[in-house]
Amino acid sequence: MTGVSIQHALLLAALLFVLGLVGLLVRRNLIMMLMSVEIMLNAAGLAFIAAGSRWGQADGQVIFLLILALAAAEVGVGLGLVMQVYRRFNTVDVDRLSEMRG
Amino acid sequence: MLNLLWLVPACPLLGFLVLFCSEGKLSNNRVPWIGAGSVGMSALLSAGIGVDFLAHNPDQSVFRQMLWSWIAVSDFKVDFALYLDALSLTMMLVVTGVGFLIHVYSVGYMADDPGYSRFFACMNLFVFAMLMLVLADNLALLFLGWEGVGLCSYLLIGFWYDKAENGHAARKAFIVTRAGDTAMALGLFLLFTQLGSLDIQIAMSKAVAGWPPGSSYAVAASLLLLGGAVGKSAQLPLQVWLPDAMAGPTPVSALIHAATMVTAGVYLIARTHALFALAPDVQLLVAAIGAITLLLAGFAALAQTDIKRILAYSTISQIGYMFLALGVGAWSPAIFHLMTHAFFKALLFLAAGAVILSMRHEQNIFNMGGLWKRLPVTFWTFLIGAAALVALPFTSGYYSKHELLLAVYSASPHGPWLWAAGVAGALLTALYSARLILVVFLGPERGQVKEDLPRTITIPLVVLALLALFGGWLKMPLVPALPALDFPEPESAVVWTTALMPWLGIVAAYLIYGRGADFIERLSENAIVSGLKRFCFNGCGFDTFYNRLLVQPFLWLAAVNKRDVIDSFYRDIVALVIAGHRLLALTQNGRLRWYAAAMVCGVAAGMSWGMRP
Repeated sequence: MTGVSIQHALLLAALLFVLGLVGLLVRRNLIMMLMSVEIMLNAAGLAFIAAGSRWGQADGQVIFLLILALAAAEVGVGLGLVMQVYRRFNTVDVDRLSEMRG
Repeated sequence: MLNLLWLVPACPLLGFLVLFCSEGKLSNNRVPWIGAGSVGMSALLSAGIGVDFLAHNPDQSVFRQMLWSWIAVSDFKVDFALYLDALSLTMMLVVTGVGFLIHVYSVGYMADDPGYSRFFACMNLFVFAMLMLVLADNLALLFLGWEGVGLCSYLLIGFWYDKAENGHAARKAFIVTRAGDTAMALGLFLLFTQLGSLDIQIAMSKAVAGWPPGSSYAVAASLLLLGGAVGKSAQLPLQVWLPDAMAGPTPVSALIHAATMVTAGVYLIARTHALFALAPDVQLLVAAIGAITLLLAGFAALAQTDIKRILAYSTISQIGYMFLALGVGAWSPAIFHLMTHAFFKALLFLAAGAVILSMRHEQNIFNMGGLWKRLPVTFWTFLIGAAALVALPFTSGYYSKHELLLAVYSASPHGPWLWAAGVAGALLTALYSARLILVVFLGPERGQVKEDLPRTITIPLVVLALLALFGGWLKMPLVPALPALDFPEPESAVVWTTALMPWLGIVAAYLIYGRGADFIERLSENAIVSGLKRFCFNGCGFDTFYNRLLVQPFLWLAAVNKRDVIDSFYRDIVALVIAGHRLLALTQNGRLRWYAAAMVCGVAAGMSWGMRP
C-alpha cells in the first residue's frame, strides 16, 4: 500500500485543530471545553506522527508519547479544578464564573 | 538739630512696630501715649528742625542726610537718603503737625472701638510712609512712601471690616490708585533708562540739560507721572475712589483724604517741576484737569446729603485748585494752598466727626438741624473752617486761594479761561459750604444730640481753627526750592471779582436753602432739576461709566472663563488618560471565553504578520 502523503495528514491535523479550537471557543460547558482541548492535543500529535513518518524517524512517535502523557496530566488537573468550580459555583457554565463587577 | 532728621520718620515707625507686635494686648490707657506720642515727637522734632533750618541758611539751602545704601546693582544705585529743603520742610511740618492733632482727636473719637490699637498702628505706619514720601531724596524711595500710603489707606478705609461695603470701598480706592501707580512706575522706568539716575536733583538737572522743551521723552515721562498724581490726588479721571473712601473712620478721612495722602500728587508734580516745565502741553493738561475737576466736584458736592461726602467732593475740588496752579507754573501758591487746605479741611472733617459722634452716628445732613446752640464749640470751629474753605477775607484760605487765582489769571495765555473756571468753582464752594452750615447748624432743631465731647476732641478743633484763621501768616519762603513767580498783577476788576465771588455764593445759598425747605421741594419737582440732582449725586455719572466700561466686561470675562481656558488644557489631558483607562479596563471582564478568543486573535495576527511575503 502506498503511504498517505504528508499533506493529507497535515490537513487532517489542521482541520482537527481548528475543530477543537472552535469547540473550545463556542462551548459553555467546562467539561466540553476540556474535551475540545483534548482534540486539539491529539491534532498536534497527529501532525508530529505524520512528520515522523515522512522523515522516517522515531522522533515523531516519541513526541506523541510525550503529548499523551501531557494530555493525561492536564486532564487530571483540569477535572480536579472542574470539581472545585462545581462545588463553589454549583455550575460548570463558564460564563457564570466571572466575579468581576464591571 | 538737623542731624536728627532721620528721627522724624523713625518715631512713627517705632510706634507702629510696638503697636503691631503687641497685637492689641496693650491696655487702652497705654496705646494713645505710643500712638499719638510718636507723632507728637515727630512734630516737635520737625518744629525744631524747621527753626534750625530757617535760621541758619534761609536761601539756597538744602540738607541731605544719607542713611544707608539701599540698592547698588551695577548702574542702578538707590540710597536711603533724606532730602530737606523748603518744600519738603513745609510738607513735613504739615504732615506731623496736622497729623499729631488728628491723632490726639482720635484718642477721644476711637476710644470705644475694639480695634483701638490696630487703628493707631495703621495711622502711625501711614505717617511714616507719608514722611518717607516727602523726605525722599530719590524717586524710588518716594515710590516706597507712595505705595505705603496706598496700603495704609486701604487698611484704614476698610478698618471696620465686618461690613462688606467698607471692604469694597477700600478695594475700590486701592485699585483705582493702583492704575495711577502703574503709570507712575512706568514713568520711573522711563526716567531711569533715559537719565540713568532716580535721584531727583540729578535726574532733573540731566533732563533739563539733555531734553529739549517739548521732546517726546519729557512729554511721556511727565504724562506718566501725572497719571500717578491723578490717581493719588483723586483728580479726573481717577477721582471716583475718594467719596466712597468716607466709609472709613472720620480721623482717617481727615488725615489721609484731606490733609496728606491726597496732596501727594501735588507734591510729586511740584518736586519734578523741572520735568513738567519741559513739557508745556502736559502742564496745560494739568491745569485743564484741575479746572474741570474742581467744577465737576463742586457740582457733585452740591447734591450730596451725607456730610462726609460733601467734604470729600470739596477736597477733590480744592485739589483741583492746586493742580490748576501747578499747571500754569504757579508752584508756590499751589503749595501754600496745600498747607492752608490741610488746616481747614482737617478742621472741617474733625468737626464733622464731632457732629456725627454727637448725633449718634447720623450722617445725613437733612436729619440734622439747629445744632449751633447745642454744639457751640463744634459750630464755631466748623464755621471758621467753612469760612476758610470759602476764602472769606482774613482767613488763611483767603490768602492762599486769592493769590492762587490771581496768579492763574496772569500766568498763561489761557489764563483768563482757567481763572473763570476757578472763580466759578469758588462760587460753587461758597454755595455748598453755606448749604452745609445752613442745613446742619442753623434752621429748625432736629435730631437727638449727645452733648458732651471730651477735651481730646475739642482741643484739636480749637487749635486747627486758630491755624485756619491765622495760618496765612505761616507762609514759608519756598523760592529756592520752587521757581519764583513773576506774573504781572491783574486788573483791579479781576481782583475784586475774585474777592467778592464767595459772598455771592453765600447769598445765593441763603436764598435757596435758608428760607425753608419748600423752595427746594418746588424746584425738585421739575423733572430736569431732579434729573440733574440725581446725576450730580452719583458723582456726575463716573461710577456708572466705569461700571459699564470696565467692571461689567471684566465680570463677563470672568464668567465666560469660569472653566479657565488654560487650566482646562491640563484637565483635558487627565480626562484623556481616564478615558484610556476605562477602555483598557473593558478587557478585564472576567469572562474566560473572551480571554480565549483574545488569545486566538493574537495568535492569528502574529501568524499572519509572520507569514507576510
